[in-house]
Parts: sequence; structure tokens; C-alpha cells
Amino acid sequence: MPISDWFKAREQRNYTTPTQASAPSDVPDGVWVRCEGCKHTLYVGDLERELMVCPNCGRHHDISAPERLAILVDEGSFEEVDEALRSVDPLGFTSGKVYADQVASAEERTGLGEAIVTGRATIGGRPAIVGVMDFRFIGASMGSVVGEKVARAFELALAERTPLVLVTASGGARMQEGVLSLMQMAKTAAAAARLAAAGVPYIVVLTNPTMGGVTASFATLGDVLIAEPGALIGFAGPRLVEQTIRKSLPKGFQSSEFLLEHGLIDMVVDRRGLKDRVALLLTYLAAGDE
Amino acid sequence: MEFERPLVELEEKLASLKRLHVSDQPELAAEIAELEAEIGRLHETLYAALTPWERVQISRHPERPKTDDYLAALFADVVELHGDRLAGDDEAMFAGLASFGGRRVAVLGHRKGKNTNENVRRNFGSPHPEGFRKAERVMRLADRFGIPIVTFLDTAGAYPGIEAEERGQAISIAECLATLSAVRVPVVVIGIGEGGSGGALAIGFGDRLIMLENAYYSVISPEMCATILHKDARRASEASTCLQLTAADLVGFGLADTVVAEPRGGAHRDPETVFSGVREALSAALDALSAADRSTLPDTRYERLRRIGEIAGA
Repeated sequence: MPISDWFKAREQRNYTTPTQASAPSDVPDGVWVRCEGCKHTLYVGDLERELMVCPNCGRHHDISAPERLAILVDEGSFEEVDEALRSVDPLGFTSGKVYADQVASAEERTGLGEAIVTGRATIGGRPAIVGVMDFRFIGASMGSVVGEKVARAFELALAERTPLVLVTASGGARMQEGVLSLMQMAKTAAAAARLAAAGVPYIVVLTNPTMGGVTASFATLGDVLIAEPGALIGFAGPRLVEQTIRKSLPKGFQSSEFLLEHGLIDMVVDRRGLKDRVALLLTYLAAGDE
Repeated sequence: MEFERPLVELEEKLASLKRLHVSDQPELAAEIAELEAEIGRLHETLYAALTPWERVQISRHPERPKTDDYLAALFADVVELHGDRLAGDDEAMFAGLASFGGRRVAVLGHRKGKNTNENVRRNFGSPHPEGFRKAERVMRLADRFGIPIVTFLDTAGAYPGIEAEERGQAISIAECLATLSAVRVPVVVIGIGEGGSGGALAIGFGDRLIMLENAYYSVISPEMCATILHKDARRASEASTCLQLTAADLVGFGLADTVVAEPRGGAHRDPETVFSGVREALSAALDALSAADRSTLPDTRYERLRRIGEIAGA
């Protein structure tokens, strides 16, 4: 499916980071947006052509899971798996918002079954198991279903000896499923360890934001860790750190570039070159199977 | 603890009355008897049905037995292993080798301090990446030499600081999880106090989970949960109930295997009873696991993890 089709739905979304700019009087609404980075008013067509990267300042705006798939995998190659899995409300969590309602409304708003989409695809002609998280779905937090879909993606990659590529974005473990969410960290990390032991490649693309229990489990266990520019990646949220140490945080704290500087990730890759880079890494890492 | 205040007030009153008491004052003796009866009744009602939030408070009691106390009470010939071979030695995480009832074990445990000095050095039991890397190193050592692993959970969580993030807090926890999932030795986890989030989980899952009655295990602290939901940390009591974080809840989810009973009021009221309960539970767990073929342990542990969670449409 052409990228532009995926992008069409973008105007109805409420999470889109570029904000609607007041349009010049003679053009229809929704054609101009303001970059969240440099505040420049941009023509939507230009922004989309650049895969939602600001042509002026390079700011990488958040994109949905379908949009991510459209720019990462070969056109028409994606076949979803485990699409029927749905969250339940094991704790009957009703403090604040009713969890069951939150799930239902996220489903309706995003058209997704949960905060991650997984399946088989090819990238630059090479087969891969692919999983993409979508921050719009309750902050792409990891509850039982996200954990299950991630674990199954590892198991599928292992069974088919096909490299796994996961694109992460998450606020962390899903509070509303309590300790069951916490245990998904152990479950997914254990699945990652089994894939690693079997010598099947696993590439992670960390995108904005990847935090908490997701960073502290499967998201940092890849053979290669790639981050998109300017993404927030860490364990403790910046506000918590600030409150704990009672000091203001250094500029760029927990950004992709900060992680690169501290030796925690392999590389920062511009979204516009991401697919080629992943494809190249797949050819290197999968060479042993040829 | 806040909820015990009425009891403490009565106990203080009783003590002062007793100081006054002389045998020729029968009316005072009657008052003392009355007060003692009232204290007895309050004991019943206070501790008969503790709320989850009250249990969380007990789990954090400054006098509650800590990892160091269990090391002294349950193990012989303890040899501590220091450092992560990389950057430092984190005192918030204990790692070492010891003998338990004649059996060799590797022990890992979060380490809260007994006093302010110790607590400052140990960050109140909240490890940095060095602590997790030390634990991970000792997990591999135990695997290599076939030594069962016993862990003690007692942390509010991994330390949220600038240096912790700079040195890879998340990655150091993830690596603990991956390594612990794959060790070919029995792993017995004992929740003795706080089981706070990823920092607890890093050494907090295995082949058996033993929980003290008032220990908790949670994805997030009740205060933080209340802050996120209501922008009000004072609603932590309500959040504690919602999170279902008590030992009994964990048994209900099939996560905990054994609950060790605590004396009325909490483990600190009678540590010896608790030590003997833990000794018995640990001994039984190690006996059961030592019968298993070690090469199958990682698969069995993985199956145990794979069953966790509730899902529709599977």
C-alpha cells in the first residue's frame, strides 16, 4: 500500500505531534502544520515525503505502527500474526479511568487490537519477523497482551530461524495490569535470551519514547540497538529523576544522542535511511545461514 | 506506623500508669486491667484484617528484618563477592556464596541499611547499574559451578538518578532478566519486604517464589500510581488496593508458591519466628528443585513465565 494512504488517516488523529498551523487564507485546513521542533510552518505534503521528519530542523515526529510498517518493510510484504489477541482487565482496575474503557477507546481510536503489531515481512528483500509498537495505544505500555505478542514474535523468529526486527515506543509496563505487567518484562527477556542462544539475529529500533519496563527488558537485548534521532530513551522518567535528585537535568538527558555518547546503543539513524540500514545489517548478521 | 498510632498511645498510657502503680491503690489496678483489655481488643481489630496499604507500611518498617539479618540467621560461612568488574561495587546489592543447611548456595539480595549512614551508602536499597551487573555476574558464576541461587527482595526500586541512567540502568536490569531466565541451577526468590518494580524483578523471578505475609510485589509504587492517576500521592492507600500487590494476591495470580506467616504486627515483632518460617520454606523449595534434572530447569522456568498474564482471543 502506498505510504500516502497510510498518511491519509493522520489528519483525524489527535496525537499527531505536528500541530495544525493557522492556514494562509486561501488554502484548505489541514494542509499546513507546525513543526514541534523548530516551529516552522510546513506543507503537509513535504513533511510526508520526508517520512514526518522536518525538512528544516530534522525533528522526527511520532508516527503510528501502520505508518512505521509502511516505511520499514517492503511494500505489500507484511502479514500480521496474532491479530486476534485482546487485553482483559485482570485486576478490575477502576481507579482513575476504567481500564476496560481505556482499552476499548484505544482500539476504536487507533484501529489496532493492542499497542504492538507483529507479523512476517521482508525488508530489502530479506525475510524478517517484525513488530512495531504504537504509542497512541495507552502509551504503548506493556500488559499481558503486548508481552505475549512480543514473546510469540521471538518464538516465531526462533521456529523459522528468521531475524527479528522490533521497533519500540512505550511508556513502560502497564500499571493497570499490576504485577502481571511487571512479569511480562521477565517473560519477554527470557524469550529474547532463547533467540540469542539459538544465534538468530535480533535488531531493535528504539523510537520516541521508549521508557521503563520495556527499555529494561526486551528492547535493550538486541544484537544491534538503533535509535531514531532525538528519541527519549531510558529507565526512570525524567520528571522522577528530577524530583529524586532535586537538580535540573542536563540538556539532552536520555536522548538517543546521550545514549550513543555513553556507549549504550550502537547508532543513531535518520528515519529516511532506516530501512536501508536495517536491510544492510540483516545481510551481515544473517550471513551465517547462507 | 501511622495506622498503629492509637495502639501506641494506649501502650504509652499503660506504661506510665504502671510506673505509678503501688499495691495500696486498687482503683489504679482496675484501670490498668481495663487498659490492658482495651489494648488486647485493639490488637485484634488493628491486625485482624490489614489493608494492602497497611501491609506496604509494615514492609517498609525500619526495624523489619533485612537481607543482612537473613544472611546472619539462615546461612553459615558467608563469603561476600564484591564489584561488577567494570565500574564499582554497589552496596545496595549483596552478592555472595554461603552454606544453607550444609548446602552451598549463591545469595543475591537488595540491601537496605540499619541506620542513616548505611542507608546513604546503600541508597536505601535502590541499586545502580553496578549492583545489577554484580548480581548478573554472580548469576553466571553460579550457573558455571552448578550452585543454586537464593535471592532476597527488598527494594523500593532501581535508583532513579542521572548517573544510573548514564551507565545503563535499563540495560543492566534487562541483562539480569535474560541471564536469570537461562541459568541451569535452581532459583528460589524470597520477598522479605518491598518488591518495587524492575529493580526487584532483576533478581525477582525463578523456579519458586516465597513471600512473607506482609511483603509486597508491584509494577509501580502505590504513591507513584496515585500520583499518575490522581496527581495525589496521598491516595496511595486506594492505589495499593487496586494494584493487588500483597502476598495473598500473588498466590491468587499463581505467581507466589508459599507465604510465610508473620507474627501479629509484622516480622519485626518476632524475627526468630519469621527466620524459622523462611528457613523451612527455603529448605523445602531447594529439596524439591534439587530432585529435578538441572538441564530442564530453564525450560520449566520459561514455561512458568509463559503462563503469566490474562489474554482474550488466544
